[in-house]
Amino acid sequence: MGYHCVVCVKQVPDTKGITGEAMRDDGTVNRAALPAIFNPEDLNALEMALAIRDGHGGTVTVVTMGLPKASDVLRESLFRGADRAVLITDRRAAGSDTLATSYILACTVRRLEADIVLCGRQAIDGDTAQVGPQLAEKLSFTLVTYLEQLLELRNRTLRARRNLGHGWEIVETELPVLATVLDSANTPRPPAARRVMKFKKARCRSEVEQAIGRELAAASDDERAAESARRCSALAGRGLLIEQWNLDDIGADLAWCGFKGSPTKVHRVQSIVLAGGAYREYPASDPGVAQLVRELIEDHTIG
Amino acid sequence: MIEVNRRGEVWVFVEQEGGALAEVSLELLGKGRELADTLGVPLGAVLLTVADGETTATRLGQYGADKIYLVEHDLLRHYQTAAYARAVCELVTAWSPQVVLYGATALGRDLAPTVASALRCGLTADCTDLQIGDHTPPGSKELQKNLLLQIRPAFGGSIIATIVNYDRWPQMATVREGVMVMPQPDGRRRAVLVRHAAAFDGFRPPLAILESERRPKKVNLKAARVIVAGGAGVGDKASFRLIWELANCLGGAVGASRAAIDLGFVDKDHQVGQTGTTVRPALYIACGISGAVQHRAGMEESAKILAINTDPSAPIFAVAHYGIVGDLRVVIPKLIRAVRSGAKAEELGEPLAPPAAEAGGAGG
Repeated sequence: MGYHCVVCVKQVPDTKGITGEAMRDDGTVNRAALPAIFNPEDLNALEMALAIRDGHGGTVTVVTMGLPKASDVLRESLFRGADRAVLITDRRAAGSDTLATSYILACTVRRLEADIVLCGRQAIDGDTAQVGPQLAEKLSFTLVTYLEQLLELRNRTLRARRNLGHGWEIVETELPVLATVLDSANTPRPPAARRVMKFKKARCRSEVEQAIGRELAAASDDERAAESARRCSALAGRGLLIEQWNLDDIGADLAWCGFKGSPTKVHRVQSIVLAGGAYREYPASDPGVAQLVRELIEDHTIG
Repeated sequence: MIEVNRRGEVWVFVEQEGGALAEVSLELLGKGRELADTLGVPLGAVLLTVADGETTATRLGQYGADKIYLVEHDLLRHYQTAAYARAVCELVTAWSPQVVLYGATALGRDLAPTVASALRCGLTADCTDLQIGDHTPPGSKELQKNLLLQIRPAFGGSIIATIVNYDRWPQMATVREGVMVMPQPDGRRRAVLVRHAAAFDGFRPPLAILESERRPKKVNLKAARVIVAGGAGVGDKASFRLIWELANCLGGAVGASRAAIDLGFVDKDHQVGQTGTTVRPALYIACGISGAVQHRAGMEESAKILAINTDPSAPIFAVAHYGIVGDLRVVIPKLIRAVRSGAKAEELGEPLAPPAAEAGGAGG
């Protein structure tokens, strides 16, 4: 018997490279201005799903909510073995906090067959670790956080080890389950060369339209629309059209999406501007170091 | 969600680990007391347990709670999401607190978002500060007063964000251990006990816990008087031995930045910072640590900070009291020699300033 796994993945700004220029005045990040990567722990979640399929059969569907260029992480997932990729993209989802995001993902997952939903423990931009648990609550799936090892999966019963930091737990529950996966759970498999060759050409509809907008800038709207339909149809025929849904396609109530659907709002953002500190500098020489140590001994900080 | 209301209490969810109250919960009672006093409302503690709640409730009163909301039931013996979330949601719905705080522990980060989702309210994780203040939503003229300002570093540490939620209550936040200061208990303080009977009839918990084990922490950073911490600048795991040596000769504990943990130099138990442990030692020596804001959040209240870094523009120097611009592989051995010899001038070369009469033989 196989299991239908759905993996929620996120394209995140590479948070080692953020400057103030990437922030808008309203406190939201201008994600288009930053280098983007596959959220690291989501790769571990994907690997767990692929391993379940390897061992038990079934399907792996990858879902992401984001701008059309988030299709990058969907392609990366296809390279590694995902069966199906779905992009949720809609301007009206902009500004969604974790509650709104989990609402949108719940509407999406309900339109897919899902026995097991897997999420990375947390994303490196928001660092909240909230979307997984909130999505579980909305789907009424049993939540298993900090999943480190899947011990057994049999007859729709899952047994797993959770790593809680200060200890561990072995838990058992029946499906459906939503698990958040730790980076210590596994080593994500690399992309498979044949799948890269095939799926590097996969596109979502918006990406097709954007390309046509550049290539056929002088053409009429009708001509561009016709070309878009033709290309999407050709891609679909080869299994290379990434499914693209908007908030209407998933039956979302707009009151629960985007800024309006987000209870948490940014009150203020302060850039960290470090003024020079008034510290006493000591040279990195023996006398310099000795002087420092002397002073620390004299005021009883050490010694 | 509950109605926005100005008479609601400030609550702290109290976590117990194997019978002992989690320190973070007591720290949050201290902060909760401040917030409650500012808002002019009572401070409540939420205690979910299997039995003997009254004994614990008495202690919580001594740490500042005015009311203890106690739910006792066999299904609450060990934490699991469904039972605990159900009980917390019942309490919130019945009593409409304005604010609910949780420790950002493994339990808190499992429970709080589940409750927030069920109540459709806002939750901010890993706050480094909480205050009461006003907010005017952009495009609105209406001033929202006396909101919980939820403050945390974000986006790679290049900003400090203040988050509010003013229309979907309660306002909830999680805070890591050590961020707030532990209050002093007052043996004479008494709290009122409010018992709540959870509606668990017919409720079957979906998850079974088959086995569990607690692992004692490898290091007690919060108790250390001196901490020597290494960052990515240490270079490799072998060089991290210098951090251990300096810590040992000072009788201190070993700390590390997240970068050093991620690079595998030392175990995660040693992490200092917003997502590690927050410390306030008498002396914090930061070696090869650049000083990202999430790290600084975890150590900037140390009484004395010495930074050693080859980069004079490293942000760590902005919080340092003493600084050495140099290679830690050169500087640490010098520090070790100086400490071991009690910094006697004769053994280490000329002092920088003419020695005072009492210097040189002091301490050591």
